[in-house]
Amino acid sequence: MGQAITVTVNGEKRSAEVEPRLLLVHFLREKLRLTGTHIGCDTTHCGACTVLVDGTPVKSCTMLAVQADGQQVTTVEGLVAGGVLHPIQAAFKEEHGLQCGFCTPGMMLTSIALLKENQDPSDDEIRWALSGNICRCTGYMNIVKAVKSAAVQMKAAAEVPAATAAARS
Amino acid sequence: MLPAPFEYHAPRSVDEALDLLDQFGDEGKVLAGGQSLIPLLKLRFASPGHLVDINTIKDLDFIEERDGTLRIGPLFRHKAAERSSLLASRYHVMADAAPQIADPIIRNRGTIAGSVAHADPSGDWGTVLLAMDADLILRSKKGTRTVKARDFFSGPFSTALEPTEILSEIRIPAAKPMTGGSYLKLERKVGDFATVAVAVHLVMDDGKVGSAGIGLTAVGPQNLKAEKAEASLKGARLDDAAIKQAAALAAEAADPKADHRGSVEYKRNVVRVFTERGLKRAYERARGGG
Repeated sequence: MGQAITVTVNGEKRSAEVEPRLLLVHFLREKLRLTGTHIGCDTTHCGACTVLVDGTPVKSCTMLAVQADGQQVTTVEGLVAGGVLHPIQAAFKEEHGLQCGFCTPGMMLTSIALLKENQDPSDDEIRWALSGNICRCTGYMNIVKAVKSAAVQMKAAAEVPAATAAARS
Repeated sequence: MLPAPFEYHAPRSVDEALDLLDQFGDEGKVLAGGQSLIPLLKLRFASPGHLVDINTIKDLDFIEERDGTLRIGPLFRHKAAERSSLLASRYHVMADAAPQIADPIIRNRGTIAGSVAHADPSGDWGTVLLAMDADLILRSKKGTRTVKARDFFSGPFSTALEPTEILSEIRIPAAKPMTGGSYLKLERKVGDFATVAVAVHLVMDDGKVGSAGIGLTAVGPQNLKAEKAEASLKGARLDDAAIKQAAALAAEAADPKADHRGSVEYKRNVVRVFTERGLKRAYERARGGG
């Protein structure tokens, strides 16, 4: 019954033999021991299990692991680069964008996809983009603040190399 | 929660998928966006022996206007509908409905055709297609047939689609110049199923109603087409009296059940109010406004 799959998870190719009914979230948590992806409601409502599949936020409790074969998956464990927090992680920390932390990985991954498309989102746009991620501590105010703060940081960081390049030319 | 065991198939072409479905009969099930089917599998409300995943087939994610018809492919996702400038400019009822489907993450994966084939009475797209008088193209190994949206739904989660068939295309008459639409949905919170929703697709012709399509969500055993209300508008001037009469007929066509979302009287009244508002909004849009 096993099916061989190869999924690039956080930049690393991971191969495994899985049952077709294995959900992506179980593949990540149990086969790869990447337990940063949380199982919340398990019924496609809460968004705690959100990961990026080829850059797009997906509820990993509602996708089969076999469907991720050949695709790129990013989990919260893939956000730190060289020991440095991703700007979204730094902003969630700085702005107290979390209380219990259970929804946080999903919140951050959805926010990253938003900021990739919209570098300067309004409060409304952030709330709309995050409407599939539920925080049961109801800490939404600071989550929105964190995403705004990350947007500013990421925009500044993107502009610095461009400015440097312009100065050189 | 784990689904019951099944065999998984990832065909590379529609023909290959149809061969598989033909072979499996009742035991086969098509997997498109999976945002309804996978939860059903997990809850063990469904336990097909074989899943035929069409996500691995190229060229099924399309929308195009050709030969007087809007054509939508089986992998055209809610998110793409939400962002489509074609729908925003010419097919308002679809553009209105798209961002109200579930939540943004589900919209990234879920498909219009999958939602229609799933046929949840609280689903939104079936209602939209009923209002737009869509044709559904059903393809099996044995051939292709066309079923009108109004003949497609037969009850809760029940349709004319055979287990050996794929809903291979949705066809909608291309919008004429004076076309307007609207989709009004009442939900308790973002991402919830509709308490009530009303789809309106209005085509004006020389100052009168050429055709009016009205669909109702979550107020019956399936998505409903308010045919008497539609007929009352045909050829009429869209004045307040005509709108009120159509809204009353739409409310009569509704057959809601009382539940935690509201009483029968409440839901019926929402149908009436939304039909009025929807017709007014559609009319404004048909005239190039709003």
